[in-house]
Amino acid sequence: MSVATFSIDYHQYLKPDGTLAQALPTELSPEDLLALYRLMHLLRTFDNRAINLQRVGKLGTYPGTLGQEAIGVAIGYAMKKEDVLVPYYRDSGAQFQRGMPFHRILQYWGGDERGSDCDNAEDFPTCVPIASQSVIATGVATAIQYRKQERAVLTTIGEGGTSEGDFYEALNVAGAWNLPIVFVVNNNQWAISVSREQQTSTQTIAQKAIAGGFSGEQVDGNDVIAVYERIRVALEKARSGGGPTLIEAITYRLCDHTTADDANRYRPKAELEAAWLKEPLLRLRAYLNAHQAWDDIKEEQLLQECRQSVDKEVDTYLNVKPAPVTDIVDYMYARWPHNLKDQRDTLLQFGETHHE
Amino acid sequence: MSKITLLEAVTQALGYELAHDENVVLLGEDIGLNGGVFRATDGLQARFGANRVMDTPLAESMIAGLAIGMAAQGLKPVAEFQFMGFSYPALDNILNHAARLRNRTRGRLHCPAVFRAPYGGGIHAPEHHSESTEAIYAHIPGLQVVIPSSPARAYGLLLAAIRSSDPVLFLEPKRIYRLVKQEVPDNGEALPLEKAFVLREGSDITLISWGASLHETQQAADALAQEGISVEVIDIASIKPLDTETIIRSLNKTGRCVIVHEAAKSGGIGAEIAAQIAEKALLSLLAPIQRVTGYDATMPYFKLEYSYIPSVARIVHAAKLSLEFA
Repeated sequence: MSVATFSIDYHQYLKPDGTLAQALPTELSPEDLLALYRLMHLLRTFDNRAINLQRVGKLGTYPGTLGQEAIGVAIGYAMKKEDVLVPYYRDSGAQFQRGMPFHRILQYWGGDERGSDCDNAEDFPTCVPIASQSVIATGVATAIQYRKQERAVLTTIGEGGTSEGDFYEALNVAGAWNLPIVFVVNNNQWAISVSREQQTSTQTIAQKAIAGGFSGEQVDGNDVIAVYERIRVALEKARSGGGPTLIEAITYRLCDHTTADDANRYRPKAELEAAWLKEPLLRLRAYLNAHQAWDDIKEEQLLQECRQSVDKEVDTYLNVKPAPVTDIVDYMYARWPHNLKDQRDTLLQFGETHHE
Repeated sequence: MSKITLLEAVTQALGYELAHDENVVLLGEDIGLNGGVFRATDGLQARFGANRVMDTPLAESMIAGLAIGMAAQGLKPVAEFQFMGFSYPALDNILNHAARLRNRTRGRLHCPAVFRAPYGGGIHAPEHHSESTEAIYAHIPGLQVVIPSSPARAYGLLLAAIRSSDPVLFLEPKRIYRLVKQEVPDNGEALPLEKAFVLREGSDITLISWGASLHETQQAADALAQEGISVEVIDIASIKPLDTETIIRSLNKTGRCVIVHEAAKSGGIGAEIAAQIAEKALLSLLAPIQRVTGYDATMPYFKLEYSYIPSVARIVHAAKLSLEFA
């Protein structure tokens, strides 16, 4: 006797060769497709520059997004301004569309707290401790529900992070309270050196939502159209009281985990070569080419435009003045405790000596 | 006006804030219909509704995460951990996020959340229900740690904690939850955070404590007074940040002190207080600082718990060692 069954859908519009797996969603115009293509190129250009900056000692450890551009770009494109992003640490693609320009993202990874400023003032900053953002996101969603607002929370995580207790705790309360939240999992197959197969024996990451009492689905994470469309639908459902959704976006990390990692130590070469054939820019370009919307001249123009705008952002980043040393203490509390005044005095006396 | 216990003062403060600020919400395990395992939220769900007094799923890290997310949205969540011993799964979120949110966003987001937990031994509870680990939390920059030791201070300090725009860990000494009754007017008047309270003025020796241990500390003060010794008693109340000014002022007067806490000795808050005294009042000291604390051993099961908790005899003994030091 079976008392429960479930199924997990898989969504794809663009196949790796750029042909259609199904008719495009009506929500996306040809202009949208060009915009998404441009955003992915811009992100890849930025990513490349960020890694180069790290290599020459002008940036701290940085987690790349190569090969995974469709996910971040689709998130940023699908969310409304009034929604709240509670990111993990590989979300440059969403963040730069949500009022956290590249120069601030560089500032954050360059060791300056001011880089977490965001024009979307309620968005959370980058979250490094794995899966803690998942439970915090449910708190943001609870506040939205408490105030009966038509807004949604979107929170991200890697597939490795879905092994954390916090992730399961978040899914559980999201289901129990029917919270307006979308969980997006970047399943890039590797949690640093631990493969998807070693991480969990669950057949899909998406089905973890079933344990929380709501639906999960897989999308081709290299198909920006599919990622966008499924996130758009899930956000709409969340805003209108339909509750949570888990979206597992299947992609591949073509880069190292971070600039501090060397994926050659664990990643099979053949696997990497095969993954390059499925990456997200290639297939959208093939589609746009086939529909006379794109050509080599436009491609070259776009690349140049991306390089110029990233150059400008890098320039802004490199010319930021250091923060005053008192910033170390002055944001700890609404008011620095009187009882700790002597510590601030010491900072004022000796803090100007920067130890490099 | 009727007299109420420390526990009832907690309920009264929560009720006052719920009634006067719609951003205040309560969350925790069994706090709604059941009114909490100690009844600290008794009747509040019936008065204010299930959307303001929320029974959560059983997951402490999630409770902390919920509170942080809600606080970042401008609510004033008061989260309950059933016992301090169960709060550690939430430590990650409290340490890495609640205490850091204002700083890491340069003030764009902040976390006006209160985390309440009954703590300490002495009620014959099962394993893991009796620890005093306030020092773990007090070590976290950005987090305030507050411990009341009377009904009036429980009321006034909890109001202050809820109104604080930064996160507060509010530890309730459950051994004295129902020990004494006091008139506590429900007037919404908060007490200052960051302040120690001089409970008794004296000139020969200073006894410093907080939480349930103040009960034995005051009994020790009575015993010493009977012998003609003039004892000053300080309730630290704000474990972090410490009110060193009040401590130093007292030490400059008495030159002698005993620090009493139920928590284990090494790395306890007593060590921090002793260091502050050594830094700021060394030349006022007439005798070595005495500490009467729990032992550096796991809190014993309840058969032996009162052999672990500092006793009146130990405090009096330590005070005499100090007083007799030439």
